[in-house]
Amino acid sequence: MAWLNKYRTLFVLILIVGIASFLNEAFLTPDNLLIVARQVSVTAIVAAGMTLVILVAGIDLSVGSVLALCGVVVAGVLGSTGNVVAAIAASLGVGALFGLVNGFLTTKGGMPSFIVTLATMAIARAITLVFTNGNPEVIRDASFREIGGGYIAGIPIPVIVMFVIFAVLYLMLKHTRFGRYIYSVGGNETASRLTGINTDRIIMAAFVLSGLFAALASLIYTARLSSAQPTAGTGLELDAIAAVILGGTSLAGGQGGVVGTLIGAFIMGILDNILNLMDVNPYYQGVVKGIVIILAVYADNKFTSLLRARRKHPPVAQEKAAGGETVKGA
Amino acid sequence: MSVALLDLRGIQKSFLGVQALAGVDLHVRAGEVLAVLGENGAGKSTLMKVIAGVHQPDHGEIRVDGKPVTIKNTQHAQALGISIIHQEFNLIPHLSVAENIFLGREPMKPGRLLIDWKKMMEETRALLKKVGLSVHPKRLVGSLNVAEQQLVEIAKSLSFQPKVIIMDEPTAALNDEETHNLFAIIQELKEAGTGIIYISHRLEEIFHISDHIMILRDGTFVDRLRTDAANKDQVVALMVGRELTDYYPVLAEPSDQVQMEVRNLFAGGRLHQVSFRVHKGEILGIAGLMGAGRSELAKALFGVIPVEGGDILLNGTKMMPKSPKHAIRQGIAMVSDDRKGEGLVLSMSIEENLTLANLDPVIHFGWINQSKQKEVVSRNMERLKIKAASSELPVQFLSGGNQQKVVLGKWLETRPQVLILHEPTRGVDVGAKAEIYQLMKELAEQGVTILLLSSELPELMGMSHRILVMHEGRITGEFDRKEATQEKIMHCATGGDQSGVA
Repeated sequence: MAWLNKYRTLFVLILIVGIASFLNEAFLTPDNLLIVARQVSVTAIVAAGMTLVILVAGIDLSVGSVLALCGVVVAGVLGSTGNVVAAIAASLGVGALFGLVNGFLTTKGGMPSFIVTLATMAIARAITLVFTNGNPEVIRDASFREIGGGYIAGIPIPVIVMFVIFAVLYLMLKHTRFGRYIYSVGGNETASRLTGINTDRIIMAAFVLSGLFAALASLIYTARLSSAQPTAGTGLELDAIAAVILGGTSLAGGQGGVVGTLIGAFIMGILDNILNLMDVNPYYQGVVKGIVIILAVYADNKFTSLLRARRKHPPVAQEKAAGGETVKGA
Repeated sequence: MSVALLDLRGIQKSFLGVQALAGVDLHVRAGEVLAVLGENGAGKSTLMKVIAGVHQPDHGEIRVDGKPVTIKNTQHAQALGISIIHQEFNLIPHLSVAENIFLGREPMKPGRLLIDWKKMMEETRALLKKVGLSVHPKRLVGSLNVAEQQLVEIAKSLSFQPKVIIMDEPTAALNDEETHNLFAIIQELKEAGTGIIYISHRLEEIFHISDHIMILRDGTFVDRLRTDAANKDQVVALMVGRELTDYYPVLAEPSDQVQMEVRNLFAGGRLHQVSFRVHKGEILGIAGLMGAGRSELAKALFGVIPVEGGDILLNGTKMMPKSPKHAIRQGIAMVSDDRKGEGLVLSMSIEENLTLANLDPVIHFGWINQSKQKEVVSRNMERLKIKAASSELPVQFLSGGNQQKVVLGKWLETRPQVLILHEPTRGVDVGAKAEIYQLMKELAEQGVTILLLSSELPELMGMSHRILVMHEGRITGEFDRKEATQEKIMHCATGGDQSGVA
C-alpha cells in the first residue's frame, strides 16, 4: 500500500495522459510532448520554489510579480550594458532579495507569510509598472534569447533547466541536513526550535530559494518572448500553488515533496495542451482545471484517510477520521 | 443492587482486520467510580469511543438504564446522559470560557433569536465555582494554561448533567491541589448518583478514588477487582501480564563534583533569586504547584527564555544559554512536558525524529548516510525498547510511551551532561514508566546530571536524590530523598517555609 500512496499523483498523471492520447492522436508524439514540457517549465520552476515555502508551512504569493520585475531588470540591464551575465546576475539578485525580504518579515517580523507576500506582490508589480510605464521592453540580444528558445541535444534548454532543478531539489530534500530541517520546521516549528534548529534561518532560506527560482523562471519566460512584459506572471502564483497541491504537498507544511509538484505541473500543462489541441474555447479552460484540482484533492483526502485506517494502531489511526472527537490515552 | 447505568457486554471491535476489542464487558452503577486500567494499546480508548458513540461495535450489546441501545454518535451519547472529559481538549481557543461551555446550546432569550448572555454567564460562573476555577467566564480559553483548560473541559462536561461521566486522564495536567479539588467534585457526583468511568495511569489516584478496578490487556477483559481488596503490585502485574520488579530502581550515590550551579537566577519575570547546585550523576527533583516557576526554570536553563539576572555555571564556567541550539552545544538537553507540541515532529518518522537533535554523526560530506542513520536508530530502539512495526513509521502512530522514548532517544544522541526531564512519564503506561525510570538510573550512573521536574510526588520521591521545592518563583525547600514526605513537600510548595516542617 505504501508504494500506492507514494505514487498516487503519478497515477493521476498517467490517467490524464491516457485520456489525452485517446482524445487526440497528436498528443502522444515526441514533438508535442516537448512543447508541453517547455510550456510547463516556467510554472514548474516557480512551483519548485513554492514547494519549499509550503513545506515550511508558508506561502509565497509574490512569485508572479517578482517574475515580472526580474524580467524588467534583465531587459533594463541588458539594454544599458549589453552584458548578459550581468543582466542574469542582477535578475537573480532581485529575486533573491525579494525572497529575503519575504522571509525576514515572516520570521523576524512575526507576520503571516500570506500577508507579507500579498504586500510584496503588490510592491513588485508596482515597481515593474513604474519602470516600464506599462510598456513591454524588447530584448534583442540573441545569446540571451537562446535561454528560452535554444536546444541541447534536441531538448529545449528550459526543459533541461527544469529537470536539473527538480533533481537537485529532490536530492537536497531527501539527503541533506537542510532538507531534513525543512520537513522538521514545517512539521513542528516549536519542536524544531527546541531541538536546536535555527528555524528562522530555514524559513528564510526557503523564501530566498522561492524568489531565486521565480527569477530563474523569469529568465526563461523573458527569453522565450524576447521581451519583458510588465503583466507577465499575473496569476502565476495560483498555478504554482495548484501544482504543489496537486502534487500532494500539504498546505499545513512538513509533508510532500518536489516530485509530486513536477507531476502536478505536468498534469496542468497537459490539460492546457489537450484543451488547445481539441480547440476548446480558452475561456472554458479554467473551469476544467478547477474541476480537476478539486477532484484530485478530494480523491487524495479520501485515499489518505483510507490508508490511515489501515495502519498498525487502529485506535490512534481512527482519530483523524473521527474528526474532533478524540479520546486518547489507551 | 440497582440496574447498571451503563452495561456493555461482549463488545468486539476490529479495524480492517486488526482486533482492538475482543469481547469486553463493562458496567457502571449509580454512584460508582470504575477505574479502567491498561497499558497503552490495551483498548481503553477504543472502548471509550464505543461508549461515546464515535465507533459502533461489531458485536456486543450496550444497555443504558437496562434498555438496549445503539449509540449512533456523540450527540446521541450525550442525549443518553453519557459525557466524556477528553484528555486532549476539544476547546476552541478563540472563544471565551462561557462560549466554549455552551457551544451549540447557548441559552436563548425568549423568541430564540438572541443569546441570553446574562444567563450564560451566570451558569458558567456557577459551573466554574463548582470545579474550583477562578477565571472570568469571558476569558478566552486560549489565554488559559493547560490545567485551567482541563478544568473548563470538566465544567463543560458537568453542564450536561450526565448520568455517566468518562474521565480520560483528567489529572494529567493538574497539580496536587487541583487534583484534590477534582476528587472532591467526583465525590459530590458520586453522592448525586452519577456513574464515573475513570482512566488514569496514576495508580495512587485510582486506589484513592475508585470503587472498582477493571483491567484490560490486548483488547481483552482481564479482571474486575474491588479497589479496597486489591493492591498495586497485583494490579500492575495484571496490566502488563508479568511481574514488574524495581518500579523505582535503587539509585547509586552521585559524585561530589558540581556539574551545574545556578546563582540568583531571575528569568521570565517569574524566577526570583533561584540558586542551587547539582552534582555529576545526581537526579535533582524539582517540585512545585502549577505556576511555581518550574517550567520557567527549565526554559531559562535551556535558552528558551532569556535570563534576566544571575549566573549559570557549567563545570565551574559561566555560561548564558542564548538559544536551545546554544544550550545543546553546552551539553544541556530538555525533554519538554508537551510531547506533541514541543518534543516531536509528529509527521516525521522515528528515524528522523531520533536523529534530529544531532545529525552530525550521520552526515558525511553534507549527505545523510542511510546506513549510519539505521545504526543510530537501531541502537536507540534497542536501548529504549521502542516498540514499532518499522522505524520509518511516523511517530504520530506510536503510543504515548513509545513516543516519549523517541524523545528521550533524540536527546541521548546529543550526549548531554545535564538532562532536564519535564514530566517525563506523563501519559505513559506503567511498563514504559518503569523502563524510563531504569534508564534514568543508568544515565545517572554514567555521570549524566538529571533535573527531574514532575507533578507526581511519588515519582519525585522515588527517583530523586534530592528534591527542591518551588513556590512563586522561589525555592522554598530542599529535602534529602530520605527525609522527604508528601506533607513536607506540599507545605513548602504552598508557600510554607522549611523550618515549619523540619
